[in-house]
Amino acid sequence: MIRLTVNGIEHTAEPAGAESLLATLRDRLGLAGSKDACEQGECGSCSVIMDGELVCSCLVMAADADGSEITTVEGLAPAGELHPVQRALVEAHGVQCGYCTPGFAVAAAHLFEREPSPSADDIKEALSGNICRCTGYGAILRALTGLAGEEP
Amino acid sequence: MTTTPTAVPTTTAVAGGIGTSPLRPDGIPKVRGEFAFSGDLHEEGMLWGATVRSPHARARILSIDPAPALAIPGVHAVLTQDDVPGRKTCGQAVKDQPVLADGETRFWGEPVAVVAADDAETAARAAAAVAVRYEPLDALTDPGEAERQGSVFRTMHVVNGDPDRRGEVVVEGYYETGTIDQAMLGTEAGLAVPDGEGGVDLYVATQWIHEDHEQLYASLGVEPGAARIHLSGIGGAFGAREDLTLQIHLCMLALHTGRPVKMVLDRAESFAAHVHRHPSRMWYRHEADPDGTLVRVEAKLIFDGGAYQTTSHAVIANGAYFAMGPYHCESVDVVGIATRTNNPPNGAMRGFGAVQVCFAYEAQMDKLAAALGMDPIDLRLRNALDAGDRLPTTGQVIEGAFPVAEVIRSLAAMPLPDAGPGGDPRHLPGGAGLTTTAADIRRGVGFAVGFKNIAFAESFDDYAEARVTLTPDGLLVETAAAEVGQGMVTVLQQIARTATGIEQVEVAFVDTAAIGSAGSTSASRQTQMTGGAVLEAAEAVRDEALRRAGGGTLSGEGVLRDGVVVATLADVLAEGPITELVRFRHPPTTAPSETGQGDLHAGFSVAAHRAVVDVDPDLGLVRVVQVDTAQDVGKALHPAALVGQLEGGILQGVGMAVMEELRIDDGVVRNASFTDYLLPTILDAPDVEAVLIEEPDHWGPFGAKGVGEPPTISSTAAVVAAIRDATGRDLTRAPVRPEDVAGV
Amino acid sequence: MEIARPTDLAGVLDALDADPAATLLAGGTDLMVEVTYGGRRPASVVALRRVDELATWEGRTIGSGVTWARIEHGPVRALAQAARTVGSPQIRSAGTIGGNLGTASPAGDGLPFLAAVDASVVLASTAGRRTLRWDEFLTGPKQNALQPGEVIVGVELPEHLPERQEFAKIGARNAMVISVASACLVREAGGATRIALGSVGPTPVRARRAEEMISAEPSPSPAAVAEFGRLVAEEVSPITDHRSTAEYRRHASGVLARRLLERCL
Repeated sequence: MIRLTVNGIEHTAEPAGAESLLATLRDRLGLAGSKDACEQGECGSCSVIMDGELVCSCLVMAADADGSEITTVEGLAPAGELHPVQRALVEAHGVQCGYCTPGFAVAAAHLFEREPSPSADDIKEALSGNICRCTGYGAILRALTGLAGEEP
Repeated sequence: MTTTPTAVPTTTAVAGGIGTSPLRPDGIPKVRGEFAFSGDLHEEGMLWGATVRSPHARARILSIDPAPALAIPGVHAVLTQDDVPGRKTCGQAVKDQPVLADGETRFWGEPVAVVAADDAETAARAAAAVAVRYEPLDALTDPGEAERQGSVFRTMHVVNGDPDRRGEVVVEGYYETGTIDQAMLGTEAGLAVPDGEGGVDLYVATQWIHEDHEQLYASLGVEPGAARIHLSGIGGAFGAREDLTLQIHLCMLALHTGRPVKMVLDRAESFAAHVHRHPSRMWYRHEADPDGTLVRVEAKLIFDGGAYQTTSHAVIANGAYFAMGPYHCESVDVVGIATRTNNPPNGAMRGFGAVQVCFAYEAQMDKLAAALGMDPIDLRLRNALDAGDRLPTTGQVIEGAFPVAEVIRSLAAMPLPDAGPGGDPRHLPGGAGLTTTAADIRRGVGFAVGFKNIAFAESFDDYAEARVTLTPDGLLVETAAAEVGQGMVTVLQQIARTATGIEQVEVAFVDTAAIGSAGSTSASRQTQMTGGAVLEAAEAVRDEALRRAGGGTLSGEGVLRDGVVVATLADVLAEGPITELVRFRHPPTTAPSETGQGDLHAGFSVAAHRAVVDVDPDLGLVRVVQVDTAQDVGKALHPAALVGQLEGGILQGVGMAVMEELRIDDGVVRNASFTDYLLPTILDAPDVEAVLIEEPDHWGPFGAKGVGEPPTISSTAAVVAAIRDATGRDLTRAPVRPEDVAGV
Repeated sequence: MEIARPTDLAGVLDALDADPAATLLAGGTDLMVEVTYGGRRPASVVALRRVDELATWEGRTIGSGVTWARIEHGPVRALAQAARTVGSPQIRSAGTIGGNLGTASPAGDGLPFLAAVDASVVLASTAGRRTLRWDEFLTGPKQNALQPGEVIVGVELPEHLPERQEFAKIGARNAMVISVASACLVREAGGATRIALGSVGPTPVRARRAEEMISAEPSPSPAAVAEFGRLVAEEVSPITDHRSTAEYRRHASGVLARRLLERCL
């Protein structure tokens, strides 16, 4: 039995064996926003913020996450609202199939929390662990450089 | 053109119509993580499925013992070929692929058995516990050997013009491309729910639910109406979802257990489960007159189809028909062979046969320009095809727009980036690995042009159905077309808005029982096909509404005359519903003659790419700095989504140029993971500038052309040409590896 | 699966004493891949994430639980350079230097630095502590000298680190990539030079003949730099695999050696 605070709400869960935090979030807590595209830390689709750090939830053993505070894509903004990075991604057409989008939103939110006006290069480096196969990243970069008030 | 210009406007100007870039309706759910992809589905009491796969490229199955798996608590079923209730094989054109292995496995990763268990972990353990005894057999994995043995799916021989025509200037070349994966981010996933009456509902991510349905009910041995396929959220496709993967397996397990069954492939399985881009070997001989007129092209193409046919017959056909690019030539002789081997099956991927040959023919054009002492762009312009010309391979007269020369000129006129990379390592080859400084690099520029047909070819009865219904609140568009991420959902809204003047348009993706086929989301066809159907249906709805109101103009408020609402939408609907179902067909195509002649294609699109690269020649590392493009788009219905297609397709081309390849040894994939099948990151993505050439298509809605594939066709060729320019090396194989550039 | 989540080193050692075969879990970035794809099902786990003593970095002692994200912004130049090439930002905020040693992959990005400076690895068990030099600890590909019941406490750097130190890593893309070849070179003002290379042998490779040759050159000529590169390329022992060829790795080792040396002159 583990206790997690996810998006401000306390949960208990019983992960099976060494299952990942991603599996616990998706299959036990019903939070399917974090995606499972590679499950080995090479795509960023499952990114969450855990105790202030951006991590791949597929590489966190759920049993070891006991006591953690976690923010998933579902918790970036209050119900019915969008986080500024979410709004920017939608409005700049940075969303196509959308499978990578939650991971990008979480990683970008984490970046902007620490650095409100990152340069285009810093945005790229911060998002270099997130793979998108649809957009070629152009619209994602335009969304976030626009938010940062930077030229892409 | 489908639209008829009318003297009196019948619609009002409407927000979010064609030519604007409205936000996609699924954008907010997707960015909030609320959009349900096929892997996110859940049903009370559902079981989880898993697949037993062959570890051998080829083996005889001596026995399959399910007992150790069934002994695990929570395991409900282990099914094999014997349990396939109906047709034991599947496939698109040819049903040659066993639903589950038929006593022999013919490729690494072939499904042998499927299991269902209480949870994913137990299902995975059960799959591992099924005791399969294999006797490995000699695997045929060399396409050249397959050709010698006559192990082929299709041999094309496309011949046109005077075979004795010879040019004074001759260049020959041999080229190869590797096996490329679509690597869509969402792996194969689905949920099958039995209906309790012997039927089943399948929720799945696929590119063509009606084709899946044809194969599904036959293998389940049920009436067509007893198996229904519903589109669920699709995490990218790029061709990987054209063939069946887990569809029949899921439904077998659901019908067998009487329980809903969900299956989600992991990434390693996904690499094994879907087809890839054919690896190719290509020999070319180009002959030209001294003035640069291309007079004869001979080519021999071998595309390895792997173990089962899937779409190899059509991919090699594209390779052969488009083998010499969008250029004039008096005399052509192309042999194209799709081989059958024990490699993993190859089939559809964005560009579909046009990508491989473009890599070769554009290298040949550069080589020919060098031999002629001509500027390579001038050589291309000199030989550029135009609308009204005959395609030198098939002899077909090109209808509609085909602005090859304009695409080339527009791209060549774009300014090159002038600045060097500066000192930030992120702008240099090797990136933060700090391998390279600005002093170590050489810059190169490469140019390539590619083209391809749009929609299905060779006399295929290609159609798309759509239904448009007027409601008191607006319009409902129903379609079975697959929105795979490309943004068709928005384009269909825009078409309906512009056709009717009604802004409120809902697009509903409905199941196989609710509407006829929309055809596949492939071949760059849905904007033109389902878009064409929606346009005709929406216009018919508009006309009926206006007829009922006695004329005027239509808007979201109702029918207007002199700016006053004379009938609300509810008023118009008072005498009965207005709904129009359209089955749209593109101009018919013919079957090829024995020499590959005929009006085989419904239309064409051309694009060109110019790549700028910085290369570290000592280490062989490359940074793709910029890839600019000009593309023949007919009419830009949604400019922002269109640019998204260009940028995304270009980056896939960049990946194939410098990093992506499935490494296959003796039929076994060595890098079935995102750790080792490398996809470009945002730090690998070049800047992109695009020029859209808008010359109306002869049948696309509002003159629009499909735009999905051209960005991927010539971008690889352009990047490799740029690396050649920087290094002076031949580089005849894509992807280019550091060792190729460094020459070690 | 049993999991112990001790909050101090004593708790770790007690847990290991009770269950010496327990799997040690640090950042999870390697172990969880084995769980998901390698069928690894640890019966018991000792999680190290909560142990502050392992996550401290004091002077020349870097705790095994110090993450790459911290090292990337830390004071040791070449180690920071190496840290920046580890995986992705997500991996760097979870993965630790102790994990690099525990996994002992030939491609471990932090290992060439440790080899170049002759760092030591501090291990502890209830029986006490022991300190092994890097080459005593790393015994082969994915093999190390850690015994059941032991935990990696940290890394001890030498008292004096050369000011001139450079790291470089080759991968087939510009971020988030496993090393095809990497190298770390350190050089004293007087000329003493050491170089270690990754992914070109079963463990990090020190090119000792090349070191000896170039250490005797206080201001090497272009010919000496070239000779140094040639010797390094001779001394590595790379293999061909799905990521690269032995020939390329050998060639690249020489190029990296020359370039890093030039950066340190």
